[in-house]
Amino acid sequence: MRLKLIALAASLALAACGGQSSSAASEIALLNVSYDPTRELYEEFNADFSAAYKTPGGKTVKVNMSHGGSGKQARSVIDGLDADVVTLALQNDIDVIAKETGKIPADWRTKLAANSAPYTSTIVFLVRAGNPKNIKDWNDLVLPGVGVITPNPKTSGGARWNYLAAWAYASKQFAGDETKIKEFVSALYKNVLKLDSGARGSTVTFTQQGTGDVLITWENEGFLTLREEDGDKYQMIYPSLSIRAEPPVAVVPGNAEKKDPEQLQAAEDYLKHLYSAAGQRIAAKHYYRPNDPAVADPADVARFQPVEMVTIDDPLFGGWAQAQPKHFDDGGLYDQIFTVR
Amino acid sequence: MTATAPDGARSFRWRRRSVLPGFGLSLGYTIVYLSLIVLIPLAGLGIRSASLGWDQFWAIAFDRRVLLALQLSFGSALIAAIINTVFGVLVAWVLVRYRFPGRRWLDAAVDLPFALPTAVAGIALATLYAPNGPFGALLDDWFGLRVGFTSFGVVMALIFVGLPFVVRTVQPVLEEIDRETEEVAATLGARRWRTVTRVIFPALLPAILTGFALSFARGVGEYGSVIFIASNLPFQSEIAPLLIVIKLEENNYAGATAIATIMLVISFAMLFVINLLQAWSRKWFGHE
Repeated sequence: MRLKLIALAASLALAACGGQSSSAASEIALLNVSYDPTRELYEEFNADFSAAYKTPGGKTVKVNMSHGGSGKQARSVIDGLDADVVTLALQNDIDVIAKETGKIPADWRTKLAANSAPYTSTIVFLVRAGNPKNIKDWNDLVLPGVGVITPNPKTSGGARWNYLAAWAYASKQFAGDETKIKEFVSALYKNVLKLDSGARGSTVTFTQQGTGDVLITWENEGFLTLREEDGDKYQMIYPSLSIRAEPPVAVVPGNAEKKDPEQLQAAEDYLKHLYSAAGQRIAAKHYYRPNDPAVADPADVARFQPVEMVTIDDPLFGGWAQAQPKHFDDGGLYDQIFTVR
Repeated sequence: MTATAPDGARSFRWRRRSVLPGFGLSLGYTIVYLSLIVLIPLAGLGIRSASLGWDQFWAIAFDRRVLLALQLSFGSALIAAIINTVFGVLVAWVLVRYRFPGRRWLDAAVDLPFALPTAVAGIALATLYAPNGPFGALLDDWFGLRVGFTSFGVVMALIFVGLPFVVRTVQPVLEEIDRETEEVAATLGARRWRTVTRVIFPALLPAILTGFALSFARGVGEYGSVIFIASNLPFQSEIAPLLIVIKLEENNYAGATAIATIMLVISFAMLFVINLLQAWSRKWFGHE
């Protein structure tokens, strides 16, 4: 009797598992593993892609999403999350997947145009309406009595861009004198009231919980906040120098190849669609700076203020391969600024 | 079957048939189950951290940032458990001993911290106690006390998640205590306070200690609610579980498991001491 019950339970469990994978023979399901603030962007983009696209074999494609902190998402893929494409906040997160699993070729950045970053963003400040603390630039963030909100660079991709943008500003101010740059960035992080684990968490701390005078955040996240119903309580400030954040995308052939024979093709076409006029238009609509502004809605493009930006490939940082270990690994410069007293 | 093994040299316990049937089967099941659910994952932790050399392990264990995080986690869990013990017993007492309208509602409310996702609790507490929040602003104005985004906030969150453990362990024992023993104490001339300290308290002590231990253990491991109300700044209010997550993000599995192992050892030692105390209290007060 007991054995029978166990057998029954086991067969039920198997049936439940099997049911999911064997269904939808005429449809391919792609899994896009992405980071936090892209929810709205991909909701619209996926609908646009699925509506028109058919594989050469005539199959339709449905795209499932997984969102979370960029680093955590990379970890999930390394630990076996079956992503067909990854669209993360940092090049380093995809590099780590490539290195740890081999499911992504090491030269993935060359597979698509513009270093595989179909859209970019930058780092801006959000302050309370009327800018009561008169915050104009990075050097206002180190003044005593200014409460700064930014996420934790150890757990958030966006937070790393924030930190590096501050670093770039200080480097320009102090002509590359590392001691002074460290002091500056250290003073800035001394003004931080709370390190949330992700960009959205910091937005909530700044808005819902009314904490802090300035939020350092993605430009797209800033625009989203201004669009909310209480958006008039905040205003956006562009610092004199920021960083060009390039959230990259990549196919995960190691996962896609194991599924439908056309899975890989569909995944590649899905990412290519991001570079199409439609994809660029949707990106601009959701406040990401399109690579090709000419094809996007001019009204959307006009919202982006021109700002001087450094890139991660600037000699100052030397690309993520150098910047990541130098700044963010255990005992790196980011850890050191907290011991500067 | 082992339960009826005839070999007398092994142990007399194995030979003695219990009144209840199924000892061998249920014990086997218990061991397999505990191994699967508890022991194997913990062994994995041990193996992972054993891949570190002693030097590296000690370097992580005595890193100032790790020490401060451990101090915050265990310290605030301890404070929260003490506060919960005092007020949890009070709540249990009121719920058991008095009858008043709305008692059932209050009783049900005690379980809410169990059921609520901890992140929700954390966000709610952070919103209330943030420096600009309704309570946070008042506390700041009146006492100059900042709760949100400080270590006080950590304690506050742990009090919240730990409360039901004390109430729910003390409550049933309190219900079981025979009112007659108190009446006997009274007729024998004991004053009220003496009845409480010499009759009721000893009977409750084991349950109180269990509640304390559970509340404490929960507080040490709590992550979800705390990260919302703590500032999470290194060296200031960074709990040990957050440090573990940070190490994982750095791809530093060994470092993460090292901190986890340290937490496990300290927790085990503290729970062991609490268990000893419990055994002692049972003997001392004669409740076997």
